[in-house]
Amino acid sequence: MKNDDHLDFDFTEGFIDSPLSRRKFLKIFGGGIFIFMTVGEMPAWAQEGSGRPSRPALPTDFNAFLRIGEDGRVACYTGKIEMGQGVVTSLAQMLAEELDVALESVDMVMGDTDLCPWDMGTFGSMSTRFFGPPLRAAGAEARQVLLELGAEHLKLPADRLAIENGVIYERANRNNSVSYAQLTQGKKIARHASGKVPLKSPDQFKIIGKPVFRRDAYAKVTGQAKYAADIQLPGMLYARILRPPSHDAKRISLDLAAAKQIAGVQVIEDGDLIAVLHPYPDVAEKAISLIKALYDTPTSGLNEETIFAHLLKVAPEGESVGENGNLDQGVQQAATTFEQTYLDGYKAHAPMEPHSAVVSVEGDKATVWPSSQTPFRAQTEVAKALGIPAGNVRIISPFLGGGFGGKSANRQVVEAARLSKLAGKPVQVAWSRQEEFFYDTFRPAAVVKIDSGIDPNGRIAFWDYHVYFAGERGSLHFYDIPNSRTAAHGSGWGSEPGTHPFATGAWRAPANNTNTFARESQMDIMAAKAGIDPVAFRLNHLSDEKMRRVLQTAAEKFGWKPAAAPSKRGYGVACGMDAGTYVATMAEVAVDPDSGKITVKRVLCVQDMGLVINPQGATIQMEGCITMGLGYALAEDLRFTGGTIHDLNFDSYEIPRFSWLPRIETVIIDAPNEAPQGGGEPAIVTMGAVIANAVFDAVGARVLQLPVTAQRVKEKMG
Amino acid sequence: MEELIQFTLNGKPVQLRQDSDRMLLWVLRTDLKLTGTKYGCGESLCGACTVLVDGEAVQSCQTTLKEVQNKSIVTIEGLAQNGELHPLQKAFMNNDALQCGYCTPGMILTAHALLAEHPNPTEQQIIDAMEDNLCRCGAHKRIIEAIRMAAKEMGGQKHEK
Ligand code: FES
Ligand code: FES
Repeated sequence: MKNDDHLDFDFTEGFIDSPLSRRKFLKIFGGGIFIFMTVGEMPAWAQEGSGRPSRPALPTDFNAFLRIGEDGRVACYTGKIEMGQGVVTSLAQMLAEELDVALESVDMVMGDTDLCPWDMGTFGSMSTRFFGPPLRAAGAEARQVLLELGAEHLKLPADRLAIENGVIYERANRNNSVSYAQLTQGKKIARHASGKVPLKSPDQFKIIGKPVFRRDAYAKVTGQAKYAADIQLPGMLYARILRPPSHDAKRISLDLAAAKQIAGVQVIEDGDLIAVLHPYPDVAEKAISLIKALYDTPTSGLNEETIFAHLLKVAPEGESVGENGNLDQGVQQAATTFEQTYLDGYKAHAPMEPHSAVVSVEGDKATVWPSSQTPFRAQTEVAKALGIPAGNVRIISPFLGGGFGGKSANRQVVEAARLSKLAGKPVQVAWSRQEEFFYDTFRPAAVVKIDSGIDPNGRIAFWDYHVYFAGERGSLHFYDIPNSRTAAHGSGWGSEPGTHPFATGAWRAPANNTNTFARESQMDIMAAKAGIDPVAFRLNHLSDEKMRRVLQTAAEKFGWKPAAAPSKRGYGVACGMDAGTYVATMAEVAVDPDSGKITVKRVLCVQDMGLVINPQGATIQMEGCITMGLGYALAEDLRFTGGTIHDLNFDSYEIPRFSWLPRIETVIIDAPNEAPQGGGEPAIVTMGAVIANAVFDAVGARVLQLPVTAQRVKEKMG
Repeated sequence: MEELIQFTLNGKPVQLRQDSDRMLLWVLRTDLKLTGTKYGCGESLCGACTVLVDGEAVQSCQTTLKEVQNKSIVTIEGLAQNGELHPLQKAFMNNDALQCGYCTPGMILTAHALLAEHPNPTEQQIIDAMEDNLCRCGAHKRIIEAIRMAAKEMGGQKHEK
């Protein structure tokens, strides 16, 4: 079985020529002031897990830069992309703040490999969290340079000057002034951010922390926003590619005759790649349906029910994630023990925009418009597929119609590149919804086994936690437990062949959804047995002040009155930690006693994410997490037989709809003096557990498998 | 079958000699270069391709050219009048009723048809009308708020379809 191959892509390969150096960037652009900066760790293998060897050819000292142009406009060049999370707005806000310029005069140039320095990719919460501090530092540094230039120009000491809207002026005489634009004229100053210039303090903020509307909204409500499949080039052909019925299928016969009959259709056969091309996508679609191909499809017994036993069978030894105390002693002290197994099936990313790409190969150069969270990886992959230097490939990132971790592998980009080269014309590959489901890198099916116990006073005596194949993110508990062990068996992706029947990958807050579901369900099971209110039970085991605060705030805003579950109220609680952010979520559900059908009436979520750059944007991300999270909590579960995927469209793979919507309330804890943490993902991690716990509180049915479906509830209700 | 198809598109007459079984979605996007109408599922399951045909919200991925013969079609590109955004477009902006924005054209046009029918929609009427429009980013809450705001802005009056 082919497994995760493209996610195992070796980043050390393919940097055929040296990536753009600082000097090269300075050559591309005219004059101005340039501040180079490093975002996150460089090289940023850290984002994808450890163990990737570094390679000296990469620029190791910067991966973003800032330019104040001779027109006084500020531009930030970064390989990050906007995928709906609103970074185009929040990153611009930070720059405008530190530089004392109007928000409107900041441009974000994102994901263009010819203009932006190399970057690993955009993954969920990473952008603001990692970008925030260095970007602000670079802004502060640029302001410092400008202030020095201004002082020289005005022949005044800097301490007699002030800056507003990109104009430096004498405090005592506002008319004695000079603008950034004037100062940058004819200059070329380049620096690496030293990090030594102090940042503004929260009480000085004029732009950070103020709600602002999305900068991309106008383009998106008028239909002008271009996504990859909206790019049309002269002479461009639309491709449809022959797909196997199963990931295990082997083709045994092929008949292209009928497809070739269609006027204007070009049929391409290149090894494993069989495609039809036509100036109209719908004609290409028709042509592909006329190809007769027979396949040998071995049947494997794996399906959405048997997968869990299989995973436990093939699981490697656990690797310790954390340990404290003495487990044996803890077991001795326990009066009641709880041994539970939690299951979570495969989930699709299902972004509304399927994978697509337009590639134009001309000679030994290629220009690419992909739907991709990883433009630089796409650059390398295209270069490799075409056998040309990476520097000859330019990736231009259009708007992305949702990623959620699913647009990191660039299979469609490589397909379009190969076809463009073979056809000698620009080619668009835009996947159908069926292809999107088939080639998704699914959130992995996973098992969590927890063995825990409480002493006669209702205190947790021990905690033995094993997660299989979800990954370790979010597996460590944050409760006061004297004896505990956490181990991860296998990771979410990059597993041995034979583990999963198809590719798996990161899915919004990878691993943490599964881990939080298991941990927080187990907490509730213990609380119920001890006859203690689940909020009180958690607080009894929490000394982390931040977690206490989000939980207590949630209880207060929700109007939580202590009661042991099941209280029949249908109230649930769950806590979580992700990307440095603390979350406490409460929900109210109603369960139909006959069918087990769940109605989620209310969800309240409290988040402590440190300094909030754009509160409006952060709130929207939380609402999005809650709404999307209802899907995996209540319904999403991929059905398959071996490598054959049965859910190929939205008729059978259900995602949240308007009628599912509970009343949603969000609270962000004010923490302006803390570093900004991730906001694009944390709220989603609590959704499985909060629903499962609320269902138990309503009807006493404890469902240990996601999604919590009516049928599973019914079974447990007896 | 190839035939002469005529319709009004965003207020302007269009004539095409085309296979009349082709789906409107692809003709709009490719032949007519209006890419604001999106593909999401191809089977009337997601609403991304919604356009207005004589004021009704219709899934263009399952609507043939034949079916729009002599009809009037409005796509997201045709909603603003003389550079002035439609109240729904403004309300979507003002309520941040979008994230990635891919579902947005379909959402706005479906809401447009709803408000033509029910100028003062109840919460339930909004949900019923929008139910088959999918949004993976989870902008639902704000979309409902935006539709309410637009209804108010438009004065709860019956408007032209
Ligand atoms: S593309 Fe037409 S409804 Fe989904
Ligand atoms: S805003 Fe992304 S799908 Fe709705």
